[in-house]
Amino acid sequence: MNYENFRRIEERVFYTLVGVLGLVVLAGAGAWHYMEEHGHIVTGMSNQIVWGLPHVFAIFLIVAASGVLNVASIGSVFGKPIYKARAPLSGLLALAMLGGGLAVLMLDLGRSDRLIVAATHFNPTSVFAWNIILYSGFFGIVATYLWTMMDRRMHDYSKFAGFSAFIWRLILTTGTGSIFGFLVARQAYGTALLAPMFVIMSFAWGLAVFNVVQSAMYRWNGIKLDPAIMRRMKNLLAVFVAAVLYFTIVYHLTNLYFAKQTSFERFMLIDGGVYTTLFWLGQIVIGSLIPLAVLFHPELSQRCGAVFLASMLIIFGAFCHLYVLIIGGQAFPLDLFPGMAATSSFFDGRAVHPYSPSLPEFLLGLGGIGVTFLLVTIAVRVLKFMPQDDFRHLAKAENLTD
Amino acid sequence: MTTTWQTALKWLGAAFTAALLVGASINGASAHEGKHKIDAKGDKCVRETEFMRRNHMDLLKHQRNDTMRKGIRTTQFSLKGCIDCHASPVNNSVIGTNDNFCQGCHSYAAVKLDCFECHSSKPRPASPATPHPLADAQAGEMQAKAATSGEVSK
Amino acid sequence: MSDVDKNRRQMIGVGVAAAAGLAIAPGVTLLDLAHGRPADQAADSSKRWGLLVDSTKCTSGCSDCVSACHTENGVTSTGHPETDPQWIRKIELTEIRSGRSHSLPMMCQHCAEPPCVDVCPTGASFKRADGIVLVDRHICIGCRYCMMACPYKARSFVHEEHHDQKPDVPRGKGCVEACTLCVHRVDKGELPACVEACQKAGHEAILFGDLNDPNSEISKRIATIATKQVRADLNLNTGVRYQGI
Repeated sequence: MNYENFRRIEERVFYTLVGVLGLVVLAGAGAWHYMEEHGHIVTGMSNQIVWGLPHVFAIFLIVAASGVLNVASIGSVFGKPIYKARAPLSGLLALAMLGGGLAVLMLDLGRSDRLIVAATHFNPTSVFAWNIILYSGFFGIVATYLWTMMDRRMHDYSKFAGFSAFIWRLILTTGTGSIFGFLVARQAYGTALLAPMFVIMSFAWGLAVFNVVQSAMYRWNGIKLDPAIMRRMKNLLAVFVAAVLYFTIVYHLTNLYFAKQTSFERFMLIDGGVYTTLFWLGQIVIGSLIPLAVLFHPELSQRCGAVFLASMLIIFGAFCHLYVLIIGGQAFPLDLFPGMAATSSFFDGRAVHPYSPSLPEFLLGLGGIGVTFLLVTIAVRVLKFMPQDDFRHLAKAENLTD
Repeated sequence: MTTTWQTALKWLGAAFTAALLVGASINGASAHEGKHKIDAKGDKCVRETEFMRRNHMDLLKHQRNDTMRKGIRTTQFSLKGCIDCHASPVNNSVIGTNDNFCQGCHSYAAVKLDCFECHSSKPRPASPATPHPLADAQAGEMQAKAATSGEVSK
Repeated sequence: MSDVDKNRRQMIGVGVAAAAGLAIAPGVTLLDLAHGRPADQAADSSKRWGLLVDSTKCTSGCSDCVSACHTENGVTSTGHPETDPQWIRKIELTEIRSGRSHSLPMMCQHCAEPPCVDVCPTGASFKRADGIVLVDRHICIGCRYCMMACPYKARSFVHEEHHDQKPDVPRGKGCVEACTLCVHRVDKGELPACVEACQKAGHEAILFGDLNDPNSEISKRIATIATKQVRADLNLNTGVRYQGI
């Protein structure tokens, strides 16, 4: 194709994307305004399910944001050249996704006009407060890291910046997992396993998002990704997904062993209705087993778009996983009096607390995704984020060993 | 810059200045020249008017922390005390219209009033037990004067 | 000012003060005299306020404490039971194996180690020096993390706009709230509304007092009768105890 045609296609793709994403962001902003005006009564959230669909979106974006930085870390910290070429895009995605996720979280607050208060009053024992510091630091560190990678004069510092970013994001994701891990009140949470599980989830989901974005960018720019690179990333993704599955199995197995957790596990695994369906079908089958099959199958995995498909399924599975964890965890009532059946006007002891997501919540969550990809689209157009593979370098056999 | 641009900008500037002057004169014709009608009971406020205009927010902020965090319920700068005196006799509130005590100044100064999302804007039902802001030797006198002249709010 | 005027003013002042005394007197009960604090004195840790609930005196279907609390604090139903705040509720319990049933009121337990205070990002959820756990709605951002953390489901989120708040009990949309142990009454030396209502109705199921004072009625009872904290295994050292569960 000649250059003129290519440019026109690129322009068209860019403006279409910006237009569509802009509308999504606008819809999200409208949803926020509606929720702010009328209060959370217009959402599906209640005093029983206090964190709803926006939190599912927000936590996915935040966890995947720290995970998507992995690609850059493998390049800088572990020195693998094919990952190094992808590092700037990975850093950009990390920043944009964290921004989008935090936007949703901040706008879902009951008093979102009090963000200044949140920034100036810190309770030192609160994981949330620690996370605010970790998120702000993440922005600074990754921005600096990007600078060291993209500015030739700063290349010498990129290894140190990459290492700092790597350590920081491990602490950040541990903090995100601890938001739930530190809650002693609920049977779904209050376990030290959640912090490392969130770290592993971030690895898997971040890489899945990176694959999707990279495939889209390559497709829209008419470039084909070298199969050798795709193979490396495919294997890594499969390992991460298997690790998440391992953590899930250990979590449920341990819970099943405790008599006091049996009724909760029964709810999650057998009679939780939508939560059980989302767990088995959404998280396990569609989100873990089918992608593993696709990624490890000798023929399927070589097909064009196989990794893209697997990544999309993993992302879908991630949403199911978070829905079950966050909302399912709240839907199971608190057991104040073990061994007793309780009823009250405040829905104590009720079998399952009902929740149905409302449109404003969905639009707000979607708006966060819109913000993320709008930022990515504009940044990719303005700066050199496209992975620059040196094919001559790659052609030498010894550079393809990991 | 071409001459067309310069002419256009000149016209724009002139139009803008004219609009500004017209707007200012319209506003000047209303009651808002920095002086605002004050609904109040009794002789004077807990501090001088000019001081209160500039510093009431700091007094309230300090008082709210004392009351909330430490349980100190002195009445001199209590918000309930302010409302008891400054509620309008028309709608029995400090907000609601731009003639009300709090809302009038705040809407003129375009400073958002956050207090009344939570706090009641209406005075307390009168009872002998309700403490008065000037809680000192003058208190009995003030209450007596209010009782006899029939100004006690309901 | 003439002497006659001065005398008249003094007499009226004394008359008003006497009327005030008569108005306040019913609020001071026989059980805990003079725990009202001077207005300019801060709450301090020498006192720790608590409740003792005798579940054997609670009848199923009685909700005097709930109505009194919601009336006192201006908590009204908006017709949406799932989002309406409830500061206190009656829980009807039936033991699954034996079938024995009883009921009790459940409210904020005013823990000495409150999980809600630990998790609040801004410090809006705090424990006052005298043990009452409160929400400072001036800095609450409505994140609802404390609601996730509370083992007793004590907290509610205000989902709708409210008007007509009680002047003594500010509460509004977007903030989290819970039982305040009627702190505005306690500071004046009165009983929490639920306790007063239960006593007035003759049930005598809730007792209020200073847990730090070994001579208070509540401390004496806790020292002699077997009482329990709900979810005691969490070791939160609650200020509310129950007997008969």
